Amino acid sequence: MSLNFNTPLFEIIRDKNKCIQCKVCVRQCANEVHWYSSYENIVNSDNNKCVNCHRCVILCPTKAITIRKHRLEFRNNSNWTSNAIKEIQKQADTGGVLLSSMGNPNKLPIYWDKILLNASQVTNPSIDPLREPMETKVMIGRKPDKLKFNKQGDLITDMPPQIELNVPIMFSAMSYGSISKNAHEALARAATKLGICYNTGEGGLNKDFYKYGKNTIVQVASGRFGVYKDYLNAGVGIEIKIGQGAKPGIGGHLPGKKVGADVSVTRMIPIGSDAISPAPHHDIYSIEDLRQLIFALKETTNYSKPIFVKIAAVHNAAAIASGIVRAGADVVVVDGFRGGTGAAPTRVRDNVGIPIEFALASIDQRLREEGIRNSASLVISGSIRNSSDIVKAIALGADAVYIGSAALIAMGCHMCRSCSTGKCNWGIATQQYDLVKRLNPDIMYKRLVNLISAWNHEIQEMLGGMGINAVDSLRGNKLMLRGIDLNETELRILGIKYVGE
Amino acid sequence: MINKEGKVKIPSGCAITGIIDKNGNKFNGEDIIKSIALMHERSNGLGGGFAAYGIYPEYKDFYALHIFFDDFNIKIQTEDYIKKNFDIINSESIPTKKNPKIYDPPLIWRYFLNPKKDNIEKKEIDEKEFVFKCVMEINKNFKGAYIFSSGKNMGVFKGVGYPEDIGKFFLLDTYEAYIWTAHGRFPTNTPGWWGGAHPFTLLNWSVVHNGEISSYDANRRFVEMYGYICTLKTDTEVITFLFDMLIRKHNIPLKKAIKIVVAPFWDDIEKEIDPSLKKELKSIRSVYASALINGPFSIILGFEDGILALNDRIKLRPLVVATKDAKTYISSEESAIRVICNNPDKVWMPAGGEPIIALLKKEYR
Amino acid sequence: MKKIYSFEDKCLGCKLCEVYCKTARSKSKNIIKANKEENIDSAIIVEKTNKDTHFALQCRHCTDAKCIKACISGAIFKDEIGIVRYDKEKCVSCLSCVLVCPFGAVRKSDFNSTVTKCDLCFSTGKPLCVSNCPNDAIKFLDEKEIDDRMEIVK
Repeated sequence: MSLNFNTPLFEIIRDKNKCIQCKVCVRQCANEVHWYSSYENIVNSDNNKCVNCHRCVILCPTKAITIRKHRLEFRNNSNWTSNAIKEIQKQADTGGVLLSSMGNPNKLPIYWDKILLNASQVTNPSIDPLREPMETKVMIGRKPDKLKFNKQGDLITDMPPQIELNVPIMFSAMSYGSISKNAHEALARAATKLGICYNTGEGGLNKDFYKYGKNTIVQVASGRFGVYKDYLNAGVGIEIKIGQGAKPGIGGHLPGKKVGADVSVTRMIPIGSDAISPAPHHDIYSIEDLRQLIFALKETTNYSKPIFVKIAAVHNAAAIASGIVRAGADVVVVDGFRGGTGAAPTRVRDNVGIPIEFALASIDQRLREEGIRNSASLVISGSIRNSSDIVKAIALGADAVYIGSAALIAMGCHMCRSCSTGKCNWGIATQQYDLVKRLNPDIMYKRLVNLISAWNHEIQEMLGGMGINAVDSLRGNKLMLRGIDLNETELRILGIKYVGE
Repeated sequence: MINKEGKVKIPSGCAITGIIDKNGNKFNGEDIIKSIALMHERSNGLGGGFAAYGIYPEYKDFYALHIFFDDFNIKIQTEDYIKKNFDIINSESIPTKKNPKIYDPPLIWRYFLNPKKDNIEKKEIDEKEFVFKCVMEINKNFKGAYIFSSGKNMGVFKGVGYPEDIGKFFLLDTYEAYIWTAHGRFPTNTPGWWGGAHPFTLLNWSVVHNGEISSYDANRRFVEMYGYICTLKTDTEVITFLFDMLIRKHNIPLKKAIKIVVAPFWDDIEKEIDPSLKKELKSIRSVYASALINGPFSIILGFEDGILALNDRIKLRPLVVATKDAKTYISSEESAIRVICNNPDKVWMPAGGEPIIALLKKEYR
Repeated sequence: MKKIYSFEDKCLGCKLCEVYCKTARSKSKNIIKANKEENIDSAIIVEKTNKDTHFALQCRHCTDAKCIKACISGAIFKDEIGIVRYDKEKCVSCLSCVLVCPFGAVRKSDFNSTVTKCDLCFSTGKPLCVSNCPNDAIKFLDEKEIDDRMEIVK
């Protein structure tokens, strides 16, 4: 069948006066958009193949290329949007489930933007972080209800294991396989330099990266890829992944073509085999099963590492989180509905789960009402875009945040949302050697360090403005927040007042 | 309508002062009034108060509840509740003297009480916890009644007005105490409610406080996890609860509790050479991260054995200490000390986070 | 002395270095004019060994440079810093240098009878190929620095 309904999404515009036919774009586009005609001595392009990743735009030495949204339009229709039509055509074409990458892009409210922060005026002084100490260190892990001292005043309480983070930020789980080895190296080195942690994701831990163990959290997910004793003991914490914000209730699938020799060894699966993570853990069908896995991992690691349990933000997240804490988890991780992914069914990504702001507020409140908020740290993720999102998250009750997409953007990701093709032109979401090479860990780890350092400065500025000199005093400090453009139910669940109140 | 305390958090600036005689010698309230009166400018007439320890020797084994009532109806209801839970040893209206600058006082009563043993045993808690729960209950659920003092052999006297007028109103020159603390209030926004004045107390704790703590909601939500109910939404209330929780409920020694509320900086903890102390400090900062009091404050915490004066970690509020013989004076301003002790042995300004603890000598406790 | 080093594990084969080398060697110093209107050879050439491995090659500025010995007209010489330079005014186009260069880094021009070789952008001291490499695959390093690196590799 030759009939193809696909129409281009983007239009490549090349300024002929500027193009010097150097063919850098031709060589750099893994999607083979650009091609050189020696007959005409011009570079041409095929709009249909373009994913708008900006690789050619950035590398073009004369800045001759721009990419625009394609002018082709359907007849205006607020219901049958061009997207809706194109998706149907695509499915009619392929008969398959629609797949998407990165987080939910739809126009749904972003509650971070409807929350405003406080600052000191007159009645208490703001604090200048350049002149005064400004602490952003946090300790992640289960805390005892209270400390006990003996008659001599010596501490007799044994502390459960804690992870020390210099900044309340970690790099979230992105597996080796879904992202490249070089991307992992950059994350690991940046985490080490910053005194924070990165998460291996469910892809095992490459043997070259065991040396970054002090800044590593290893993940155990439903596929159990790469899990064995040394792996569990390699990091400072273990995360059991139950769900992910981008695809709650759905497993994972790393196509066999991405399982090369090295990924195969790391994941402990045959070369070229599809790596399929089932939707549930087949040994966890209920909360008591989770408890068994938590304690199996604690036994394996001699109770030396906090166990994280990560869930997607779903409707009854608060009750689930409470169960997780009571099952013995030391850290609860909640991933909001905007969380990123290498690939997820589009319908699931765009329609399942709830905003992280609400999940966070309700979980924090629930744990406090039950008197167990100190029994676990609360880490959130799912589209943290900047430092003020972090400040708001902490004031809503989080101990720390995970960032995934933001870290990838720092390493070159331009959010073209084509990860699943495996042809990431920036060397991130690919296993193709020539593409992976494009991500130079020496450069990219510094960019990650820059990003987190910059955010840390900004967090300190905002803390100082509020008259706070330790992030501890911001945690759950909802008086520092006010809502705008929110209804009463939203305010009640978030536990904040309206602006002007 | 302006919200009163309890509906909204009201920032305020203040003057504080405190005197202790470590030998347990008692003296009347004239000095403390003189001292706080000197700092007239630091308050704005919307609240003043005093705490005094050792004033009820004849009732020293009984809980002395000082209560504001809006009217007689609520008084009767509250007394019903009290009678169910306590034996009333004595009750009376607290004597006051009319003062043109003090108007609209509520009904002000005091009760000397002995908790009913049966009730305590039914709840399987200790006596103090029982009294604590009763105080919380009344303050939360009996609208128009407010217990502003609930310790033994101590009492708080406070109200709307300048502190020196409040002192005269309550005839403080007729009370003898070995510890006096006082507070002059400068709230930025309040209709002036008697219960909102300082000191704030719970059981034997009393706190006078100058400052606005920016960690308020973090502290509040932390103590509320342990059964405290912040009815006033003032910083002082939450500070009192924090100390009560740490020292009474969690049994933490006073000096360690101080390390919790004005925790050492992480940088200093990193530099600590003694590994066990380092571990202790790290544990303190991990477990009690939400008990760190942040933002500008200077406080005087009074209790039966002495007083503790404390500044925030970077000293954003004034605090001066002086000693003369067995007496220790603490105040927002040095002049307020010199006005009652013109020749102190020693005067100094403690650093941020540096606690000043003045305790009764062991033999006088 | 600082020299240009290339790292094949980082080289993407994009050939931006060639574009910038031409610009550096142009009269106009304008990237578009240099590459479109002026006939300029690049002194740095990206070599390709297979699909995935590339590296940029230019003059190594040998201590004991064979090209200098072979030059019959004195057009190739070592300057006071140690840069092997080429004076096209003196060149008689015998191409002896091209024949003897063990690296193939001295090349005959595509456009005229002169030869092309890297002069480390000596006039500015900042080789454009280095500053414009998108992946840090070309670096301008001191010989000692590179020796230390090699030590680490060993």
